Amino acid sequence: MRDTPQPLLDVTALKTVFHTRSGDVHAVNEVSFDIAPGELVGVVGESGSGKSVTMMSLMGLLPKSAEISGGEVLFQGRNVRGMDRNDLLAFRGRDVGVVFQDPMTSLNPVFNVGYQITDRLRKYMGLSRADARKRAAELLALVGIPDPEQRLRDYPHQFSGGMRQRVMIAIALACDPKLLIADEPTTALDVTIQAQILELVRELRQKLDMGIIWITHDLGVVAGIADRVLVMYGGQIVEQGPVAELFANPQHPYTRALLETLPSVTEERSERLRTIEGQPPSLNAAPSSCSFAPRCRHAFDRCLRENPTRIDVGPRHDAACWWDPATGGPRNV
Amino acid sequence: MSDTLVEVRDLRMYFPIYKGVLRRKVGEVKAVDDLNFDIKAGETLGLVGESGCGKSTTGRAILRLYDPTSGSVSIDGTDVVQLEGNDLRAQRPQMQMIFQDPQACLNPRMKVADIIAEPLREHSDMSAEQRRERVNELMDAVGLARRFANRYPHEFSGGQRQRIGIARALALNPKFIVCDEPIAALDVSIQAQVVNLLEDLQKELGLTYLFISHDLSMVRHLATRVAVMYLGKIVELAPRADLYNRPKHPYTQALLSAVPTPDPTVEATRKHIILQGDVPSPAKPPKGCNFCTRCPAVMPICKEVEPTFKEHGAGHFAACHLLEQDQSEAGELSQKQAETAETPSQQGETT
Repeated sequence: MRDTPQPLLDVTALKTVFHTRSGDVHAVNEVSFDIAPGELVGVVGESGSGKSVTMMSLMGLLPKSAEISGGEVLFQGRNVRGMDRNDLLAFRGRDVGVVFQDPMTSLNPVFNVGYQITDRLRKYMGLSRADARKRAAELLALVGIPDPEQRLRDYPHQFSGGMRQRVMIAIALACDPKLLIADEPTTALDVTIQAQILELVRELRQKLDMGIIWITHDLGVVAGIADRVLVMYGGQIVEQGPVAELFANPQHPYTRALLETLPSVTEERSERLRTIEGQPPSLNAAPSSCSFAPRCRHAFDRCLRENPTRIDVGPRHDAACWWDPATGGPRNV
Repeated sequence: MSDTLVEVRDLRMYFPIYKGVLRRKVGEVKAVDDLNFDIKAGETLGLVGESGCGKSTTGRAILRLYDPTSGSVSIDGTDVVQLEGNDLRAQRPQMQMIFQDPQACLNPRMKVADIIAEPLREHSDMSAEQRRERVNELMDAVGLARRFANRYPHEFSGGQRQRIGIARALALNPKFIVCDEPIAALDVSIQAQVVNLLEDLQKELGLTYLFISHDLSMVRHLATRVAVMYLGKIVELAPRADLYNRPKHPYTQALLSAVPTPDPTVEATRKHIILQGDVPSPAKPPKGCNFCTRCPAVMPICKEVEPTFKEHGAGHFAACHLLEQDQSEAGELSQKQAETAETPSQQGETT
């Protein structure tokens, strides 16, 4: 589809380790992906699969116990890991916008919403107080908040959950970011409110040209808005591909199992839900074999010996798996 | 077969709002307002709705974890709202609950065996030996290895903790279990395990469930009949296939269309009904129909008169003025449809 020479974001072999009292946790293991300008990439995975930690790693927003132990993050060709403090602040404040899952805990309860938006505009865009105020009202209008000028004076608790998430999006969009990272932005919301926010994002994509990383555990949300999907398991990307291709032709047993376990709201029930037996991996050590192998129906000896590399399985579609669903046997690699 | 086990009539649960130094009552939150429904023995009634619509309050009021403001709830012929003290206590074994957060509902300082045995100690006169035997049985039934009996809840994963909660709920051989969002806190791959377990247990033990959830896909999988709640009221109640294929209430239609499906080709063509605005506060519900502030098909009458909850077609209840109009205009037609739909759809459900 898009073939731009330089990706907006290029992540290569990123590794993040948490040093905890009970040993190291290898949360992100050799994760590589890129994002083209204007592209919406959905990142799906269960809790603990490393999707949030990956995104926080590339922003440099990790707690003290975490360490990025390898890899490279290029944003428009600039090395993010090599940035000094000021560059990094500008990168996080101006180039990237972040929307978190819970707008109540990520907005500051003691400042009104207007202050929280204009603060950023004045710091990174150098706007005057009056200009920033005007721009803030425009942003609230852009995300569909009625009476924007009035509502700038309101505090976060005066907004409902869906409206608060709109405020978060307005703040994230304040400095015209080229990349928006949305970490489970609709998970805390009800379905009818989620539908409103998804509709808003579809509209915003028409108006603004920015890359979006949309982290979620809901495959339905991804199917509706993403151009491309990354599936994460055990701190690794196990499958990656364009959305239509990935859903129509999933290659990794984990992706296939995930799609099978979901009941459908539009179709009559099947006899019984398929399950994925067992538990997610513990991540105490860097993976030396396939981390899904203990739960995989198709695992064979090679899966226990060797961690699969990401193998091209279709147009712009790859999967980290030694098993080939087409033949039902090992892949010839 | 289709005997009614639970009968809920005019159930109201209002929470008072107190204000000022004298803590005077200034109003009330109508969390549950005038519910009428039955649950048949052996079925699963799905109760769906968004957060704050009163679905959990309904579950708790039915089990007398709250004292309902008015109305009656008869479980197996006994009105539990009227019972007090020891009489109520004697009814407890037959009605149990599975909670949403398996982390919060298990005492972290008790061992698994003690957690599961606690209802037995409270409500039966089994000897320690008999209790141990029963705990082992229950752990087998929910798929927990017996060797875990002496561990503490924190040593288990979310899915396993939910199994502990289920084993405890089953300990006294209840007839009726309220499952309050039992899978909401679990990962997708674990949800299916727990749902299958609940289904297996229902088949084996002949349990009746009230399954409270906001996950409409899972309810479609699990429920025999489904009730949709909005702002303290049931707006629609129908057999599963009927509700999902032919939703009558505009809120149900919007709710179903808002659920994203994991299929990009379907998503690309599917029409979403986007509701405007937010749910009003249950302390100040709008005049007339509760849904009139967000309804895409709102009429003048909706803002004045509350619609009545009544049957439109076989077993399909809804509360909406639109349906009243349809009936008066095309009453014959809808009756014919109902007649033809009646027999095949109902047989399809029970098998």
